[in-house]
Amino acid sequence: MRSARGQAEAAIMNDVTTENAPVIDVRGVTKQFDGRIVVDHVDLRVERGEIYGFLGPNGSGKTTFIRMLCGLLTPDAGTGTCLGLDLLREQRAIRLQVGYMTQRFSLYTDLTVRENLDFVARLFALPQRRAAIDRTLEELGLTARQKQLAGTLSGGWKQRLALAACMLHAPRLLLLDEPTAGVDPQARRDFWERIHDLAGRGLTVLISTHYMDEAERCHRLAYLAYGHLLTQGTAAEIVKEAALETWEVDGPDLSQLAAQLRVLPGVTQVTAFGAGLHVSGTDPATLHRATAPYRRAPYRWTPTPSGMEDVFIHLMQQVPDNVT
Amino acid sequence: MNTHRFTWSRFYAVVRKEFIQMRRDRMTFGMMIGVPLMQLILFGFAINTDPKHMPTAVLAADNSPFARSLVAAMRNSEYFDIRDDGPTTEAQARTALQRGTLQFVLTIPANFERDLLRGNRPALALEADASDPAAVGNAVGGIRELLATVWARDFSGPLAHLQPAPPPADLRVHRLFNPEGETAINIVPGLMGVILTLTLVMITALAITRETERGTMEHLLSSPVRPLEVMTGKIVPYIVVGYVQVCVVLLAARFVFNVPMVGSVPLLLALAPIFMACNLAVGVTVSTIARNQLQAVQMSVFFFLPSLLLSGFMFPFRGMPHWAQALGAILPLTHFLPIVRGILLKGNTLAEVAPHVWPMLLFLVAVLALGLRRYRQTLD
Repeated sequence: MRSARGQAEAAIMNDVTTENAPVIDVRGVTKQFDGRIVVDHVDLRVERGEIYGFLGPNGSGKTTFIRMLCGLLTPDAGTGTCLGLDLLREQRAIRLQVGYMTQRFSLYTDLTVRENLDFVARLFALPQRRAAIDRTLEELGLTARQKQLAGTLSGGWKQRLALAACMLHAPRLLLLDEPTAGVDPQARRDFWERIHDLAGRGLTVLISTHYMDEAERCHRLAYLAYGHLLTQGTAAEIVKEAALETWEVDGPDLSQLAAQLRVLPGVTQVTAFGAGLHVSGTDPATLHRATAPYRRAPYRWTPTPSGMEDVFIHLMQQVPDNVT
Repeated sequence: MNTHRFTWSRFYAVVRKEFIQMRRDRMTFGMMIGVPLMQLILFGFAINTDPKHMPTAVLAADNSPFARSLVAAMRNSEYFDIRDDGPTTEAQARTALQRGTLQFVLTIPANFERDLLRGNRPALALEADASDPAAVGNAVGGIRELLATVWARDFSGPLAHLQPAPPPADLRVHRLFNPEGETAINIVPGLMGVILTLTLVMITALAITRETERGTMEHLLSSPVRPLEVMTGKIVPYIVVGYVQVCVVLLAARFVFNVPMVGSVPLLLALAPIFMACNLAVGVTVSTIARNQLQAVQMSVFFFLPSLLLSGFMFPFRGMPHWAQALGAILPLTHFLPIVRGILLKGNTLAEVAPHVWPMLLFLVAVLALGLRRYRQTLD
């Protein structure tokens, strides 16, 4: 038990001393299916110990990009390294050091929790298999459920099992593809605490998500839409870079007002937010001029800092839909 | 860690996993035992290439003792089940034949007795529903034989001159290996091959497509497991299943169908895994081509049908045209049938069945190679 953990730690220590290079460093990564470009010249750099959030609408190429990182898909163009290994030529070696959690539950529903982990441990030929499984079960609180069939677990427990399976071989990089989809808030919070704990131990995590609250828990973020990487940086950087002015509007019949505001010049988006509306625009002067007639009773206008969601909806609207 | 070569631990991981899943999947498990039993019952009992008791009507325009003794003799032959409530006119009889409610209609002409006694060789008309020739052939042969002997007792004393002259040559048919001509003795050993072909191809074809469909393939591909480890790991558990099926068939053959077992059963058990591996390799290869489980089943049937039709299981191999024989010679079942029949019924030894072993090995290598080429190591 000691020695397996010791090995994992030794690997991380080793990592510190010999490599200060980024864990993921790729340029111009492109993938197309049947002539349709799904990932278009994406550059990405992820440093060691970072939790890197990957955001974007459905079909934006997140899953395809992650699959290319762990060697499940071969890029059509692009170069780079993952864990210091060549993305195109050393796919097998990359697989050994990466823990990949698929978007869809990909363990065997007709095997028990323990049998699933045992299968994975055997595939990776782990030394002291039993001890490694016991430890992982313990860490993820799965010990009491180890004899339960995986198919009968609820969403949150399935997610824990999937995480356990991709952690078992002590990978240096975790690729998590929408790991919290369909998981209740409590389980999501536990999950994020665990991720931060792992990152604190030197593990690098690339995680794709739809949830804005999760985006704010990441060290850095990238926003992918229709195969293009639109922006990247910390949450604060991204909000600042977007330079979006946002007003919050309260009052009666807001849906009617929203329809009127949407067509105005300078208004880039109008979104219902709780009991009010968020009205945003990139050019404060134009926004002000255009909305002047509506700045009266019964409506109440207050300037508000743009949130991640405002920014992302704004980003999404800017991209021409070249997919369809 | 060794990632570039076959390793036993990863191979064993796949084998173990397959066994656990097999145990949990009651439907498949039931199919593996149920299909052999069902086929044994259907083919062993229900399918008969020497059918008897076929519904027959007699339209007698002559009710002489000669006509009656002919009908009585037909009844006794067991080929004919003479219906007393049958049609009374020719039109009714024709309709019954068309509907398939009657297999035969025998018309005894008017003045049959008179013509018979005069030596005019009156003509008996036998109309048969020959849409299935196999159902008719033996019965027609039977009635010809009857005509030669049925009136022997009647043609005595003053009528003795009407006794038919014995044929100049006597035809004696020896039925080797199956003296009673029982279909089951030929069918049941062959069934062993058919059952193995059907279940093993189908089950393994589903095995990998299921992984793709359920999304577990993505996980498997992201692990260090090698294609050969997955393929062989999926084949070996089902060889065990195949042995269970072979035992079921052998026990049924011995104790239910009384199939003689002249040759060495251990020799058969030693050669069977080659044939099983052929079918399992087909199944695995199919599953690497099929995109979903439905396609996998369809492709299995696509392989199963020629195996059933061209292997000599259903129809005698030598009766087929040359192109069909050439096609059939590729299929493993074509070679397994002479092995299993040869060993069980004729007491063949390894030397005698060897010419059928190497074509199966060749098939196995070719199909495995195709499967390995097709196995997608990535999701591209």
